[in-house]
Amino acid sequence: MLEAINAALHAEMERDERVIVFGEDVGINGGVFRATEGLFDTFGGERVVDTPLAEGVIAGAAVGLAASGMIAVPEIQFLGFSYQAFHQIAGQMARLRYRSRGRFGGAITLRAPFGGGVRTPELHSDSLEGQFANVAGLKVVMPASAADAKGLLTTAIRDPDPVMFLEPLRGYRMIRDEVPDGEHLVPFGVANTVVEGSDVVIIAWSYMVELSKRAAHLLADEGTSARVLDLRTLVPLDTEAIASAVEDCGRVVVVQEAPETNGFASEVIATINDDAFYSLEAPVQRVSGYDAPYPVGMLEDDYVPDVDRIVAAVRRAVNAQ
Amino acid sequence: MDVRPREVRSEMTSELSDEQLREMMRHMIAARVFSTRAFNLQRQGRAGTNAPIDGSEALVVGAAQALDPTLDWVLPQYREPVGLGRFGPEVLEQYVLYLFGHPEGGHLPDHVRVWPPQISLATQIPHAVGLAWGMKLQNQTGCALVFFGDGSSSEGDFYEAANFAGVLDAPVILVLVNNGWAISTPTSQQTRAKNFAEKSHAFGIPGVTVDGGDPIAMFEAVSDARTRALAGAGPTLIEAVTYRLGPHTTADDPTRYVPPDEFADALERDPLVRFGAELMRRGIWSDEDQIEAEATADDTMQRAIERAEKTPLSRSEFFEHVFAEPTPRLARQKREFEQLHGIGGGA
Repeated sequence: MLEAINAALHAEMERDERVIVFGEDVGINGGVFRATEGLFDTFGGERVVDTPLAEGVIAGAAVGLAASGMIAVPEIQFLGFSYQAFHQIAGQMARLRYRSRGRFGGAITLRAPFGGGVRTPELHSDSLEGQFANVAGLKVVMPASAADAKGLLTTAIRDPDPVMFLEPLRGYRMIRDEVPDGEHLVPFGVANTVVEGSDVVIIAWSYMVELSKRAAHLLADEGTSARVLDLRTLVPLDTEAIASAVEDCGRVVVVQEAPETNGFASEVIATINDDAFYSLEAPVQRVSGYDAPYPVGMLEDDYVPDVDRIVAAVRRAVNAQ
Repeated sequence: MDVRPREVRSEMTSELSDEQLREMMRHMIAARVFSTRAFNLQRQGRAGTNAPIDGSEALVVGAAQALDPTLDWVLPQYREPVGLGRFGPEVLEQYVLYLFGHPEGGHLPDHVRVWPPQISLATQIPHAVGLAWGMKLQNQTGCALVFFGDGSSSEGDFYEAANFAGVLDAPVILVLVNNGWAISTPTSQQTRAKNFAEKSHAFGIPGVTVDGGDPIAMFEAVSDARTRALAGAGPTLIEAVTYRLGPHTTADDPTRYVPPDEFADALERDPLVRFGAELMRRGIWSDEDQIEAEATADDTMQRAIERAEKTPLSRSEFFEHVFAEPTPRLARQKREFEQLHGIGGGA
């Protein structure tokens, strides 16, 4: 997935000289995960900029850059550090178009890795997508495959609105799939059925799609046909695909890595309630992190959702009368 | 690079023409008149909470005089718009709309290089730095000037943005309005620094303290900063010292905390009175000029109010401009809202 992200950045910087990549260690070092590898050498220090270590102004300067006519692609090194930029992201970036009544747009794609499973220190693993999805004016994009990472990032950079492009840290090297050569765009708001199935649908995004696919394959061995629906983007949300999957399968499991309370899974379940309630044959099951801060390394495997918990939730959904 | 704060300049020595000086006086008077009318509108229940400019007219007008409205940008906090007449009549017109609570109040036409008022303190400083950075990357001639207060200088955004601007040599002018008060908190409880310009040391950028009650001193300081910015020499921090000659906002009662003697002293140094006396001493301003300027400003404000009252507004307007194109969900919400209220084609 990392190579796909890198390829999209290269291609978009090549295509449009207004695109500027900046953040902590994105230049000479190519990013701490090498997502921006080679950009500095290819496009130079004016367009690939190592900034001072200050998340608030990285986000805030993106607002001004976009207003000046540039296309800003800032990186926050770990999404958990965006707490220090939340006032600029939610309070400013998300609403400059609104408060200027369309005069100043928000051609900003803020990239940040998130999620657990790789033994990072504190605050490197937090899943904040639900918080951003609750901010009017932000788009929230969460690729689960390398091909989608390229296609969605390309779409994000060309989008006139602020996009939170959240990359699964565990997926950088563990998610491997064929990536189309050349220009590849994946539209926002179009969910993707990544595993076909008819008994139950598992709805997920980002790295939880990867785990859900594994769960579906295990369940197939015991005779349960589980569909996996990858939402791809939370804002905009493909409500039609959700309703359609629920109508087809009747039983639903929603998986998220974030804490349970008020996570985006709650929104998905509320959407099912609005649009497909009478197709339900069982209560919707939810798999999530717990309402505790993301723990340090020795405990994280028990905290973060895994294949076993997803399989157990599917069995509950399927066995419910 | 000289990073020592300069002494307060009070000598009025610049080479501004007599007509330019008269124009600045007219803008200062207009700012006070607009602000006073806005205050009264709030008291009448016709306008929302607003922050009178009283005491800051000279520094806003002096700074604006040093800028080129066709090239340079101004990012105000919320107290300054009434003083930015040099950037066009639309600044006042839209500000009045803004005070009335009309969403279009935040929309200035493309040729007016002024941002909407900013409520969240200091957040506009990173925007100004990013804007200036973008102008530099695109080889645009010009700079961005941002106003913020002594209280705002305690926000992280100020430190992050000023540092960032220094590292990038961004063509930005940071105008810190030290009017003595952040609502009820005096500057003595805002910092242990000897003055606010001194904070420039930490960023390695020039910092100057200017008499913010003297529009010519302010003009000169901003002119210097603009010259540096356009030459690629980066940002300047300007501390404009004045005194808030009124409440923080219409919602504030400064008699609870402002020492009466201190306030009386400050009134003696009212920038409008000082500048008027100086122009009269030079023989280029008269009582008749004063009366005419006040009457003209009052008429302008009256027209802005009438225009604002006649500006149409759709109840579903708040659905607009959230995104370039609404998401399907937002579009659905708007349809439902319009159906609920029997608006437009939504029924």
